[in-house]
Amino acid sequence: MKQIVSILLVAAIGILIFSALYFSDETLKFNEYGNVNLDDRVSEKYIDKSVNGNTEEIIFGETQNAESGSANMVTSVVVNYRSFDTLGEVTVLFVSALGVGLLLNGKRKRKNLKDAPNFILKQGARIIFGIMVVFGVYMFIHGHITPGGGFPGGAIIAASILLLYLSDDEFRVKLSAAKAVESTAGSLYVIVGLLGIVLAGYFLQNFLPTGTVGEVISSGVIPIVYMLIGLKVGSELSSVIDGFLTEEVEG
Amino acid sequence: MTVLDIISIVAGSLMVVLGVLALNAKKLFNTVIYLSMMSMLAVVCFVIMRAPDVAITEAVIGSGLVTALFVFTLFAGKKAGGKA
Amino acid sequence: MIQYFSIVLMLVGIYGLLSQRNVIKLIAALNIFEIGLNLFIVSIGFVKDGLVPILTSNNESSAMLYVDPLPHALVLTSIVIGVGVTALALALAKKMHDKYGTYDMDEMGGK
Repeated sequence: MKQIVSILLVAAIGILIFSALYFSDETLKFNEYGNVNLDDRVSEKYIDKSVNGNTEEIIFGETQNAESGSANMVTSVVVNYRSFDTLGEVTVLFVSALGVGLLLNGKRKRKNLKDAPNFILKQGARIIFGIMVVFGVYMFIHGHITPGGGFPGGAIIAASILLLYLSDDEFRVKLSAAKAVESTAGSLYVIVGLLGIVLAGYFLQNFLPTGTVGEVISSGVIPIVYMLIGLKVGSELSSVIDGFLTEEVEG
Repeated sequence: MTVLDIISIVAGSLMVVLGVLALNAKKLFNTVIYLSMMSMLAVVCFVIMRAPDVAITEAVIGSGLVTALFVFTLFAGKKAGGKA
Repeated sequence: MIQYFSIVLMLVGIYGLLSQRNVIKLIAALNIFEIGLNLFIVSIGFVKDGLVPILTSNNESSAMLYVDPLPHALVLTSIVIGVGVTALALALAKKMHDKYGTYDMDEMGGK
């Protein structure tokens, strides 16, 4: 009975969505998939890096001191044009990690794995752990020229910590160290924003020279902020993983 | 109709099927695995739509960390002696 | 094409949220809804024959046709928020299981 009612309800919602998006009259009609004119959208300015009225074409490897020197346009939106959004997002992640920490609180110890890991597994996992951490750091340092950035980089670091948890039954992250890294990175992000007010006039404004588009040391404040985001996300997700892989000690 | 269109149709319909399967699975563990497979197919769709940043993030988080968290939750429930 | 499937995925997620009584399945339904929503948001920025929005040595000019980078940026943050929400919900589910010994919401009410 419940199933039938919910299927009917979902069908009604589906008909509503499809008719509103694709069959309404000409003024409200939604663009067909793939048939989009970017000139109508604000994103055109993000692609041309022309929010402040720049009219020149951006050329990879040649243009200097562009408005946002990032070759990856997604990164220039995430940490430059809409950095305030990202600050709010990092706060949301912090609050949810805090919630997990509050729910799974108390004095905790490692859960016993079913099969005790042997020597070869432990040492092999450590070698892979090193490679994974290096790859994660690579990903957020190169966030402005290649796909990737702080969020996947931090998640890769957290995944490497997860690997150590699974392969070693005594390993635990030092939670105080994770909290210290997290709060330092978060505060530094805000400080970078405040420096933007002092040196350039707006919160989170880019105050460093942006360099040549496409070089590793370029685009001013973007690599610094992405590095901070990567460290923050990595330490937060690591502490969440620690909460899930430990159990409370009784008494 | 290009190859990418065909791949996107196959991936999209498989995702819908896997979503229904995940909701109707008898064992909770199967739900988690179907969810992980769906997430992997979403990565394919993101790549087809030229969004490599999103694809990398979804591959690491959606099918890596979230699956791990689900599995650990189920694992803890089994161990406590209650039925999952 | 992917746009239609993403809307159907969202509907599957809503169906799960309405019909299931198991906490883990509810969280799974939330995840399905989220994947569908992310696919939909990315799909409204897709341009036919558009390039990946990254300047490289092959496509080196900003005057070429690129896909819309703004939805990608929004979805990037949305995915990371999603894992935070899922972790919080799973921690709550774990607490529920510790107290009642089951994940089913119908069985919880009796105790």
